[in-house]
Amino acid sequence: MARALISVPAKAVRGEIIAIKALVSHHMETGFRHSTTGELIARDIITSFVCRYNGEEIFRADLFPATAANPFVAFYTRATESGTIVFEWTGDNGFSVTEQAAISVE
Amino acid sequence: MVMAALAGVASPVAAGEIPANARRSSYDLMSRESQAMQDDDDANPGMLWVLEGKALWRLKTGAADKACLDCHGEASISMRGVATRYPAFDGERQQALDLARRINLCRKEYQNATALPYESKELLALTTYVARQSRGLPIADPAADARLQPFIDAGRQTFNRRQGQLNLSCAQCHDDNWDKQLAGNPVTQGQVTGYPLYRLEWQGLGSLQRRMRNCMVGMRAEPFDYGASEFVDLELFMTWRSRGLAIETPAVRP
Repeated sequence: MARALISVPAKAVRGEIIAIKALVSHHMETGFRHSTTGELIARDIITSFVCRYNGEEIFRADLFPATAANPFVAFYTRATESGTIVFEWTGDNGFSVTEQAAISVE
Repeated sequence: MVMAALAGVASPVAAGEIPANARRSSYDLMSRESQAMQDDDDANPGMLWVLEGKALWRLKTGAADKACLDCHGEASISMRGVATRYPAFDGERQQALDLARRINLCRKEYQNATALPYESKELLALTTYVARQSRGLPIADPAADARLQPFIDAGRQTFNRRQGQLNLSCAQCHDDNWDKQLAGNPVTQGQVTGYPLYRLEWQGLGSLQRRMRNCMVGMRAEPFDYGASEFVDLELFMTWRSRGLAIETPAVRP
């Protein structure tokens, strides 16, 4: 079961640059490691992260086997209007987590 | 005692014991980046376990269909300061219990649920969540409970005993050489302020026992099993060594 921690300011002034942080729980198994009995451990990673602000995509990242476990993404955007910011992580084995946060812009 | 230390005579009190004013968390030895990661609750990956623990705290489980919340109420109130007093003495069993064991006993006795395996995500999450409520509070002196003294002494002996193929004791690094480096990394004092903690090397969160098992493998000794009484004694002694330092759970370490 995956959990995500997101940080979005609850309030912002129109035009303000805001910091957004997103942390998700995932073990990011590279697919290059072997088990103690010598079998290859199948790759199981998050492959994509997308952030949408009122439906409009504002940030996207592709993730690869070299990304550490529990990937953390931080970025900035301009607060344009009140609404919701949606975060979506997808990956191997049907992994999918969606989180959202409300922001009020004055 | 001081005389013995000055004379360099082996005594049950380690000669190189760290004076109170020199005691410090390994937090101080970390890079600024790692410190920032620990300090920011939105960036500290250990908070994922806290979040998980918060959900488990409210989850009704076992044959009794009870949640931790049903007996203890909000953890932010009832569990504040609890982790500063663990491992603690259990009068019923006449032994010392660490926080993880206490949680498992609670599950068995009051929730009629199965015990969670050591280092399982659930047990770590609950332990981290409980310990998190004491963040910033000073670790209590376990020797204040006289019944714990034999366990602290046993832990001190294990700490000072040479073991493994490298014939090392814990004290040789963490009491005598904590201000030096080993393979480019700080040796550290081994202060137990941040457990369970997120270790970047582990790519995950782990208990003090896991950390000690790592150390024992490093000195090529046979690690004790999870939950072994030797570990609880060691935890107690190390808690005694760290008395007065503030709890950092969930800490981040390289």
